[in-house]
Amino acid sequence: MSMHGMRGLSVFISEIRNCQNKEQERLRIDKELGNVRNRFKNEKGLTPYEKKKYVWKMLYIYMLGYDVDFGHMETVSLISAPKYPEKQVGYIVTSCLLNENHDFLRLAINTVRNDIIGRNETFQCLALTMVGNIGGREFAESLAPDVQKLLLSSSCRPLVRKKAALCLLRLYRKNPDIVNVDGWADRMAQLLDERDLGVLTSSMSLLVALVSNNHEVYWSCLPKCVKILERLARNQDVPQEYTYYGIPSPWLQVKTMRALQYFPTIEDPNTRRTLFEVLQRILMGTDVVKNVNKNNASHAVLFEALALVMHLDAEKEMMSQCVALLGKFIAVREPNIRYLGLENMTRMLMVTDVQEIIKRHQAQIITSLKDPDVSIRRRALDLLYGMCDVTNAKDIVEELLQYLSSADFTMREELSLKAAILAEKFAPDLSWYVDVILQLIDKAGDFISDDIWFRVVQFVTNNDDLQPYAAAKVKEYLDKSAVHETMVKVSAYILGEYSHLLARRPGCSPKEIFSLLHEKLPTVSTTTIPILLSAYAKILMHTQPPDQELQSQIWSIFNKYESCIDAEIQQRAVEYLALCQRGAALMDILAEMPKFPERKSSLIKRTEYSEGDTAEQSAIKLRAQQQTSNALVVTDQHPANGATSPVPVGQLSLVKVPSMMTTENDTSTDHPLSQQNGALSNVDPQPPSADLLSDILGPLAIEGPPGATVQSEHNAVSGLEGGSDAADGSAIVPVDEQTNTVQPIGNIAERFHALCLKDSGVLYEDPYIQIGIKAEWRGHHGRLVLFLGNKNTAPLVSVQAIILPPAHLKVELSLVPDTIPPRAQVQCPLEVVNLRPSRDMAVLDFSYKFGTNMVNVKLRLPATLNKFLQPIQVPAEEFFSQWRSLSGPPLKLQEVIRGIRPMPLPEMANLLNSFRIMNCPGLDPNPNNLVASTTFYSESRPAMLCLVRIETDPADRTQLRMTLASGDPTLTFELKEFIKEQLISIPTAPQSPAPPAAQPTPQIPPNDPAAILAGLLS
Amino acid sequence: MGIRFILMVNKQGQTRLAQYYEWLTLEERRALEGEIVRKCLARNEQQCSFVEHRNYKIVYRRYASLFFLVGVDNEENELAILEFIHLLVETMDRHFGNVCELDIMFHLEKAHFMLEEMVMNGSVVETSKANILSPIQLMEKAS
Repeated sequence: MSMHGMRGLSVFISEIRNCQNKEQERLRIDKELGNVRNRFKNEKGLTPYEKKKYVWKMLYIYMLGYDVDFGHMETVSLISAPKYPEKQVGYIVTSCLLNENHDFLRLAINTVRNDIIGRNETFQCLALTMVGNIGGREFAESLAPDVQKLLLSSSCRPLVRKKAALCLLRLYRKNPDIVNVDGWADRMAQLLDERDLGVLTSSMSLLVALVSNNHEVYWSCLPKCVKILERLARNQDVPQEYTYYGIPSPWLQVKTMRALQYFPTIEDPNTRRTLFEVLQRILMGTDVVKNVNKNNASHAVLFEALALVMHLDAEKEMMSQCVALLGKFIAVREPNIRYLGLENMTRMLMVTDVQEIIKRHQAQIITSLKDPDVSIRRRALDLLYGMCDVTNAKDIVEELLQYLSSADFTMREELSLKAAILAEKFAPDLSWYVDVILQLIDKAGDFISDDIWFRVVQFVTNNDDLQPYAAAKVKEYLDKSAVHETMVKVSAYILGEYSHLLARRPGCSPKEIFSLLHEKLPTVSTTTIPILLSAYAKILMHTQPPDQELQSQIWSIFNKYESCIDAEIQQRAVEYLALCQRGAALMDILAEMPKFPERKSSLIKRTEYSEGDTAEQSAIKLRAQQQTSNALVVTDQHPANGATSPVPVGQLSLVKVPSMMTTENDTSTDHPLSQQNGALSNVDPQPPSADLLSDILGPLAIEGPPGATVQSEHNAVSGLEGGSDAADGSAIVPVDEQTNTVQPIGNIAERFHALCLKDSGVLYEDPYIQIGIKAEWRGHHGRLVLFLGNKNTAPLVSVQAIILPPAHLKVELSLVPDTIPPRAQVQCPLEVVNLRPSRDMAVLDFSYKFGTNMVNVKLRLPATLNKFLQPIQVPAEEFFSQWRSLSGPPLKLQEVIRGIRPMPLPEMANLLNSFRIMNCPGLDPNPNNLVASTTFYSESRPAMLCLVRIETDPADRTQLRMTLASGDPTLTFELKEFIKEQLISIPTAPQSPAPPAAQPTPQIPPNDPAAILAGLLS
Repeated sequence: MGIRFILMVNKQGQTRLAQYYEWLTLEERRALEGEIVRKCLARNEQQCSFVEHRNYKIVYRRYASLFFLVGVDNEENELAILEFIHLLVETMDRHFGNVCELDIMFHLEKAHFMLEEMVMNGSVVETSKANILSPIQLMEKAS
């Protein structure tokens, strides 16, 4: 066949090449696709030549990145063409365009098999190659014996057998059982006696795959590999065609040494001696030569030999020879050798005894950290990280810090994470550790995750000597002009707690510290403001004798934030103001935070978790992994329970939780808000007992042991299976809330409402258990994780969780263990699929036993209608045309709603936004109206656009008219009702507080520390 | 499994040949090729021939206007792959006589035939130029 004959293809390719821009190319390709599609439609008139030409065109178009969604059958059909040129095109293009699961491919199995067992060896090669590239499990099952036969056949020529070897490798990966036959290992060993280097090369790849899974069966192959190596490297006994720049097939040498690295050791002394002779020859005999290709090829062999020597843990002398070689490599100019030198040195760290020798090269490695090539810098960073220990941590970490300022963006995250880990792991003293982390925050604040600064806070809190030092240090940073927000957070915390220790130093009076912090307030986000407010309260408390001016300044700030729209800030402002007016009691309440219980660093846990993952050590990946793993979720909890909110926990935990929950029914939806807000309770005037303190701090220590869920698996009952048990349980123990002797901590309804607006937080808590929730919502799917944390030192037993799903949700709860071990946390994933719009609620029926207490609660799950909404901004034209086309009931509904809590329009817009219903400003000309849009996702129908219009009356803010439109009458109705509920039932902001004097007793809003924790979890 | 893909890309970033040994969707390929090309083409002569990208290590080599990029996992020896690229180029040279971008572009099928003889299922199958080229030569003789 003549390829030059395919003129049409050449013309097409040059036309594409001449296209001036992407648009022209696209047009030309669309035209061609249309043409090919048409020709395939009337297949009758197509000559084999034309078919072949069109198939190549398809491949060319596909290669350029355009989808080719037709012609697959024509391509596969070419496989059964009688002539070689067509058949060849069929096989090659099929393996480029199709994957193993493609139906057409399965249809071709018989044709392929006929080619494999046929007599035509060129057909055999084509078929074996395609199966080797894309064959799936079905191919493995029907073709494996034939392929094995070809590989072992003595009458078969090498050109077929080499392909059979790699074809078998593919089939083995699809179904490992195909080589689990008696005697296969012996045949594999025989195969290695082969003289032909093509067959040997592909057989060696097959062997590597086999021994990497099970080396024990293939012991007999080990001496054969050594023999092959001897033949190549020592005797140079290979045909000229297989030498490459004078080196006997470097690829086969490398592969053979790779195979040897899968055997743990070599027991036979003769084999071992022969191998070491060969390796010694490679180590000593590799010189640097001028010819680049020869040099690369010989060094490819040398690096593989180094890896093998390290693996075999050779005699000390040979090992130090290796380190010496690597030491030389990391200093050469040739970048490839330098890169590989660093990479292999990192590998070498695994070998004991050589670390000390590697340390001698530290200066050179640090130079590589500043190499202009990012690939080399990464290797240097990994090596420095790996070789760091107590003796050199100071030097290495300081180098990393110095490099951080000039490092490119892509490396900063990894760099700062590694520096933080090393600083913590090997800190010679804690003040140095504090210095390092503060520098990290200063230089790369964006990359410092919260757990890094929480950890500093823990260390400082637990070490009295460190406190004045840390306080002075953070103050220095605050004096700078530009301060990262994370620095503001950590400084506010530390100065709030410990700045009084500096009071005598110049510039450190309470007033000065306060104004230093306060000038940062306008620059920070709403998550930092609460920490600042806490710091102010603490500073005020520490100011002795009281400073009237400072007091009025701080009070006025609290005053200002009492009406803040952010609930967290507002709550703190209200509470601190109330607390400040308690005089002497303030001292107790704002006392210094207790020491944190000793616990393992979450950062170090992260690294331990990722050990064994050598494929990629990038921190970014590390983090990504963690986010879906148990480890980080658990560490996520710490900040919530501990370090993020150390101040509020300490401060509020001393306020005894009033027993106001008795009448609280968690399943009631519509709470008259006035009642909730009015239900202010008395604060127990008694100083808090130690018990209470430990109880409330208890959850701090909850750290799910990684195996907790697994350990209790044998006890596990699934939520659904547990149904009957639960019914039994309820028969014995009345589930009526009133009879539960255990009182919940915090307001269940409020926790639920909070979770309707955010995706993580505490769902329920009592003295024994805390149930946290973390959710991810995508379209009509939701993935929730329930965190069941046992707060006690005794196990919780008979744990049962049953989901009572409403008709519109499909809910699947994974196994919930019967027992939660002491102080452990277990995680139970929960999958939710939304079928239809509905406001009904899924309920979690949860029960457990602690001692003699049987506790049963029914908790609404925050899988509410709004979770299946996605905000969308609709352009004006589209909005109006949709609005007009949805002309009236039942698709468009209108209602006048009274009894609305009065609120300014922007606040209402924010409220809608928080439910993922997006305000579209500017669409409605009337400034008293509000227009918003969103999309609703359910399994039964495609995403559905919903439009909302709210008309308010400035004269009477307690009523409004709402119009809702969507393409589904149920959705329209349900969403309208949903929004209505929200407008009526959202918690009202407290009225401006009465002057302190007017209050007979100090009052605390019905919130408790746990509720605040819940707020912080997000 | 060794070699994951082989790309030939010119210095404008246009793909001239793409052979994958693991299945990626068209979108994934487009994204991957875009990222790799951006990374590798920006590098200079003084930098090493290895670039780490996602889970791959890219071993690349430039010949005039054409870049050869091979994506491997950590089962492969980097320098051996680097020289394998050169072996491929020498093999093409032997067939086309001083191969250039246009040869590969207009004889895409031949480039595929050669590659198919050299790599299969992500592993090196043949390194003798004579053996690699013999099927093509047979074919040309036949026509």
